[in-house]
Amino acid sequence: MEIVIIFTIFFYLMSTAGYFAYLFLQKNYLNRAGYFLLIAGFLCNSTAIFYAFLKSGQIPVHNLHETLVIVGWSIAGVFIIFQYKFNLRIFGIYAAPLAAIVMVFASQVSSEPVQIKNIVNNFWLIFHIISIFIGEASFVLAGGLGFMYLAQEHAIKTKKHGFFFRRLPSLELLDTAGYTCIVVGFTMLTIGLATGLVYAKMVWGKFWSWDPKEVWSGITWLLYAALLHGRLTVGWRGRKAAIMAIIGLAALLFTFFGVNFLLKGHHGEFTRL
Amino acid sequence: MLDIVLLGLNHKTAPVELRELLAFSKEEAVSVLGGLQKCPDINEVMLISTCNRVEVLLTTSNSISAVNSVKTYISEFKKIPISKFEEALYMHDGEEAVRHIFRVASSLDSMMVGEPQILGQIKDAYLTAILKKTSGVILNRLLHKTFFVAKRVRSETGIGDHAVSISYAAIELARKIFGNLEGKKVLLIGAGEMAELAVEHLIRNRTGEIFVANRTFERGVELSNRFKGKAIRIEEIPDCLKLVDIIISSTGSPNFVIVSNQVKGVMRSRRNRPIFFIDIAVPRDIDPDINRLNNTYVYDIDDLKGVIEENIKDRSRESIKGERIVDEAVIRFQQWFESLGAVPTIVALRNKIDSIAKTEINKTLQSLNHLSDNDCQAIYRMTNSLINKVLHDPTLFLKSNGCHGDRSAYIDLTRKLFKLDD
Repeated sequence: MEIVIIFTIFFYLMSTAGYFAYLFLQKNYLNRAGYFLLIAGFLCNSTAIFYAFLKSGQIPVHNLHETLVIVGWSIAGVFIIFQYKFNLRIFGIYAAPLAAIVMVFASQVSSEPVQIKNIVNNFWLIFHIISIFIGEASFVLAGGLGFMYLAQEHAIKTKKHGFFFRRLPSLELLDTAGYTCIVVGFTMLTIGLATGLVYAKMVWGKFWSWDPKEVWSGITWLLYAALLHGRLTVGWRGRKAAIMAIIGLAALLFTFFGVNFLLKGHHGEFTRL
Repeated sequence: MLDIVLLGLNHKTAPVELRELLAFSKEEAVSVLGGLQKCPDINEVMLISTCNRVEVLLTTSNSISAVNSVKTYISEFKKIPISKFEEALYMHDGEEAVRHIFRVASSLDSMMVGEPQILGQIKDAYLTAILKKTSGVILNRLLHKTFFVAKRVRSETGIGDHAVSISYAAIELARKIFGNLEGKKVLLIGAGEMAELAVEHLIRNRTGEIFVANRTFERGVELSNRFKGKAIRIEEIPDCLKLVDIIISSTGSPNFVIVSNQVKGVMRSRRNRPIFFIDIAVPRDIDPDINRLNNTYVYDIDDLKGVIEENIKDRSRESIKGERIVDEAVIRFQQWFESLGAVPTIVALRNKIDSIAKTEINKTLQSLNHLSDNDCQAIYRMTNSLINKVLHDPTLFLKSNGCHGDRSAYIDLTRKLFKLDD
């Protein structure tokens, strides 16, 4: 199975190289090469997950290794769909290396599965995991778009039109794309949290147990809810939306990793080394 | 030996007053071509005349007398003494003439490097020459290569990228903010050539409604009719800010026409949709503090000039790549052109037939083992004299002046007929 992970990393790195070459040389075939290499990597990545699923009969999220493999997979997958829809070419320099780095980390941590008690493998759990990962990958992309928006806005405001100004798309496109990512992410996160609650009720007998993971997930959810609310009512867009997307990303990363490493809770096993 | 000669003057060598005097209209160009065609020393000729240059491209076997004929002809045609424009003329021949026409068509020699019109103008000039039948094998090939090189330079370098005029630079910026300009509403405050040009560019980008505000309402109505827009009064501007996305201001007002607080007030009702101010006026019309507000962008004339300067620097960097493409093409063209001499063609023809004969003799002799060495020698001799006899008349024809001055056409035909160029 190691070999499939190595192929995945290889394709993601090649894709990264393609996107960076595109950044400098601006030749369209490089962008396409980056895209197809990423798809190739994604297929390898899917194979690895599917194999692990067949072997254990459960969604493979039983240790940090398996979790990171799914993180890389969802970033690549969401980005592939996103790129297909928006054709935001330069964005590959964010998503491809990110997927590659995550996979490299995944390959470096031990892959001994942790025995988890009290796991009931049912529809709610699978739904919970998949929608949470897709939602979080969307938020990761939204954060990246936020950075790009700020960079482009800075160039326009300060009237210093450098390397990135030429290559980055219009503010409007960055803003709409970021908004779309947040809407998708929020929808998936909501579904993920709801299914999680149902699952908790079924397995532990109560919806909410004030576990740190639950609390921080709730905080993240509220943050993105506020962002969307602001946009729909008073038109928080542009710079403000971009900054919020980045803050949201920070909260998300803390919820995902920070809570598990610093605080204790019932999701701890999934990121155990 | 035939030569390609280019004689001309351009914006670098001649002041505009002189260029105006020498510029040829399309009709004039036709009759000039007809006249030059009659000159005994000129084989093929074409005339390029734009507002920045007048150039005559010709092939001749006597370049000095051909150049003199052209000078005399132009001087008589335009009724200007030769001495008046001789100083401004430059003359290139051979490789340099080829390089010059390549550079001109690729817009490397233009006043504004990378401007796209010149290629079309050369195409028109070539078309005129074709219709007048003044172009032949060499100019046809040269011009086709020219168009090819110009296209390559345009597509492989960034020579034509990014605006180099104020109004285009403003449109490019608007695109960086709004992406698609379709349906975006525009407000023009004041009037002026540059501002009106910018509005026209915007309309070409299919923007939405156009509002025009002017100190004198009548003038505003007049302008708005031109743009099929709507005239508003100066006092209505603050209300209008709620609607419009792009504001172009060019008034003579000594004070700011729009101040920061007015914009701050409307951002909420705009739901923070971005707003882009283009301030072409001196003194400025738009309060520069507006640029500090969220989702508002202000560019004044100096900012736009700065953008253009950067773009011009970029273009000249890119033109280095263009020069390399031109150099390559010149070398390749020269190879073809040199092959057009009579001697290399005759030699190539002879070599080809010799090698065919040699192969065939070897094949035949292999099956004729009973022949003595003397017999073989006789066969060789016979073949050689056969080749000499066959090639005698074509050789004389290609060497003689019986081609009526259009030797290159026959040489080209010979090379094609015997496939000598592989």
